[in-house]
Amino acid sequence: MAELRAAGVHKSFGRVRVLSGVDLTVPSGRLMAVLGPSGCGKTTLLRCVAGFEPVDSGRITVDGRDLTGARPERRRITVVPQEGALFPHLSVFGNVAYGLDRTARRAGRVAEVLELVGLVGAERRMPHQLSGGQQQRVAVARALAPRPPVLLLDEPFSALDAALRFELRRDVRAALHADGATALLVTHDQGEALSIADELAVMRDGRIVQSGPPAVVYTAPADPWVAGFVGEAVWLPAAIDGDRARTPLGSLPVVGAGRGPQVLLRPEQLDVSTGQGGGLPATVVRRDFHGHDAVLGLRLADGTEVAARVLGGPTVPAVGATVGISVRGPARAYQG
Amino acid sequence: MRRLTPRPALAVAAALAVAVALIPLAYLVVRVGEAGWARVGAELLTRRTAVLTARSLALAVVVTTACTVLGVGSAFLVTRTDLPLRRAFAVLAALPLAVPTYVAGFAWVSTVDGFAGFWAATLVLTLCSYPYVYLPVAAALAGADPGQEEVARSLGKDAWRTFAGVTLRQVRPAVAAGALLVALYVLSDFGAVSLTRLDVFTRAIFTAMNLGFDRTGALVLATVLVALTALLLLGEALTRRGGARYARLGAGARRPPARHRLGPLRWPALAAVSALATLALGVPAASLARWAAAGVSRPGSLAEVATAAGNSLWFAAFGGALTLALALPVGLLTARAPGPVATALDRLAYLPHALPGLVIGLSLVFFGINVAFGLYQTVWLLALAYATLFLPLAVGAVGAATAQAPPALEEVARSLGRWPAHVLRTVTIPLAAPGLGAGAALVFLTCMKELPATLLLRPTGQDTLATELWTHTSVAEYAAAAPYAALLVLLSALPTWWLSVRTGAFAEGGG
Repeated sequence: MAELRAAGVHKSFGRVRVLSGVDLTVPSGRLMAVLGPSGCGKTTLLRCVAGFEPVDSGRITVDGRDLTGARPERRRITVVPQEGALFPHLSVFGNVAYGLDRTARRAGRVAEVLELVGLVGAERRMPHQLSGGQQQRVAVARALAPRPPVLLLDEPFSALDAALRFELRRDVRAALHADGATALLVTHDQGEALSIADELAVMRDGRIVQSGPPAVVYTAPADPWVAGFVGEAVWLPAAIDGDRARTPLGSLPVVGAGRGPQVLLRPEQLDVSTGQGGGLPATVVRRDFHGHDAVLGLRLADGTEVAARVLGGPTVPAVGATVGISVRGPARAYQG
Repeated sequence: MRRLTPRPALAVAAALAVAVALIPLAYLVVRVGEAGWARVGAELLTRRTAVLTARSLALAVVVTTACTVLGVGSAFLVTRTDLPLRRAFAVLAALPLAVPTYVAGFAWVSTVDGFAGFWAATLVLTLCSYPYVYLPVAAALAGADPGQEEVARSLGKDAWRTFAGVTLRQVRPAVAAGALLVALYVLSDFGAVSLTRLDVFTRAIFTAMNLGFDRTGALVLATVLVALTALLLLGEALTRRGGARYARLGAGARRPPARHRLGPLRWPALAAVSALATLALGVPAASLARWAAAGVSRPGSLAEVATAAGNSLWFAAFGGALTLALALPVGLLTARAPGPVATALDRLAYLPHALPGLVIGLSLVFFGINVAFGLYQTVWLLALAYATLFLPLAVGAVGAATAQAPPALEEVARSLGRWPAHVLRTVTIPLAAPGLGAGAALVFLTCMKELPATLLLRPTGQDTLATELWTHTSVAEYAAAAPYAALLVLLSALPTWWLSVRTGAFAEGGG
């Protein structure tokens, strides 16, 4: 159990500035996801925390202990790299036990962490005999085994297919929580970040632009870019007057400090009714069916196009149908 | 922190290693400069130089053409047709690469009376070097995207027009690269041309140096040979750049291409590949067996053979160790600290590899006499020649071995609390050792087969298997030569083949 803190971390490779003042705090025992587009510096941040790259300036501390200049083997921060990076010449037991001293090895810690990641009895198998998902599980077990105060995961699920990813994500989250480890995970997949994390930090151009619980980041994004990056956004032209905004969807309650010409809604805030009932009339111009849900492109009478998320099923309206729209919850306003 | 060694130290070590390997080339340039342009010009513009140039080029052209026909033909037959026994022939067609040209030369000279001259050299060189075309073309044919051929067929082209218009064009870069390798090999060959008494550059240089003690003459001829080689290398670089355009698009799973039915041509095709295998492998094998039986019965021969084998092993071990020692920093640098410096050093290390072993040997003889007399007639100078010739082979092996232990694994190991020395012992070395061992063995065996540089640089009186074989064959003592040839094949050709299959590297004959 330990709190990980990065303060004002700068890092450049030659003339390319990769991290320009990263500040973040991962509370003890929590899992934080750092979400950002590729090239935003999130992997470099991880490598700096692990000690694989020296930082140019700033501090990295665990429970107040300054680790900024420490060698990686002195930090007690373990990593789960992108493709697992299991030692190919060691068995599952050898891999998991690599960071353990003899006492811990004898005390059955290997079997304990293998159970946590759902690989009971796999000790004698070799990495090449395992599937991609199993290899990733072993990599997580290996990182958990020495009971490190902090664990780092670098896009650990990106090489797996969707179904496997979902299951593994859930198991890894449970294993991390069972062991009480503080964890920092980087990913470019917003669905993954929102579902796995206790805390979410959004990164752009070498800086953390917003951090907080995933639900807060999703519903109250700090700026329009974050809003578009963590989920699908509906932008409506608006004239704001006090706590109401006049929009093509009618007068909506508005939150947020800005007075900008546009306000944000999430597609699931738009209720779509197919009957003659209420709501603003609109025509379905696009239909992206995903099975569990569908996103409809709707054109209003004045020509404005908006997106609405509806539950999947046989009742999803077809292209060309006329529907009624009503809005739930407030719109969010931004500056400029 | 991600590197085993701090980059500057490694780069300096690699630069020093490459500088050592470039001594022969640099010294050649120095000597030509010292000789003066007037004298060089006088030697250069003679009728003899013109005749040698014409003959060397003619040999290169004829052998390259023959190798292209044989190499592409056998590659097509084993990869794209229903030729009987094609799996066996796929292996047999690659094997001649492991037979040094002087061993093949011995086999033919000792079997056919009066085997000498242009066509004799052409036959031996063709049979030894057609795998240089066969191997890349077979790989390209096996890996070419069958989808392109299927598209051509679906657009209404018949089988023959598809082959000529699509398949051959797909493998054209492989054919060109293989043909240029053959041309380089022919220009640098000494074993076959000296045993068939064909006066081309390499033999003329050796004669001028060893019998005439005409140093300037040898030097000028060597320079012309280097110039020809440079022209060929330039050609190879140009085709390689063109090859990028033939890249396979998309990453779909590979499908084996459809096989053509040979129909009534089946048996003629089988006869052709069988004849090729018989000439390239059967004749050397039969000749070795026949003469070896006669050779070992000579009194005293066993002791001589044992001495030569001992010298071979010692020189090859010493040369191989020096080569690997020089290759380690270069290979580590390219694998762990890639960048312009590493790339430049890597390219420089390849430069002397294309030069004939005879030219390297000659340059080091001059170097030994004029600069490093303390090293002359010692194993050090010979080891330096081996290192210069085979450095790229070793650098490639070090690079491949290091790639088996990627930096990410070392980082994980350190993050698990292990000290760098522990990581080196438990992760890096166990993963890299098999590749390093195979590379060391490959370099060792290649050194053992080397002939021309060994002839020029071996310490006086210390003959090796290769030089004994060459000396006895040159004076028609075939029975005496045979045990050396048999031992060379046993000690080098078979393991070389095995290793090159295992490591995927090319085995290079030192003829």
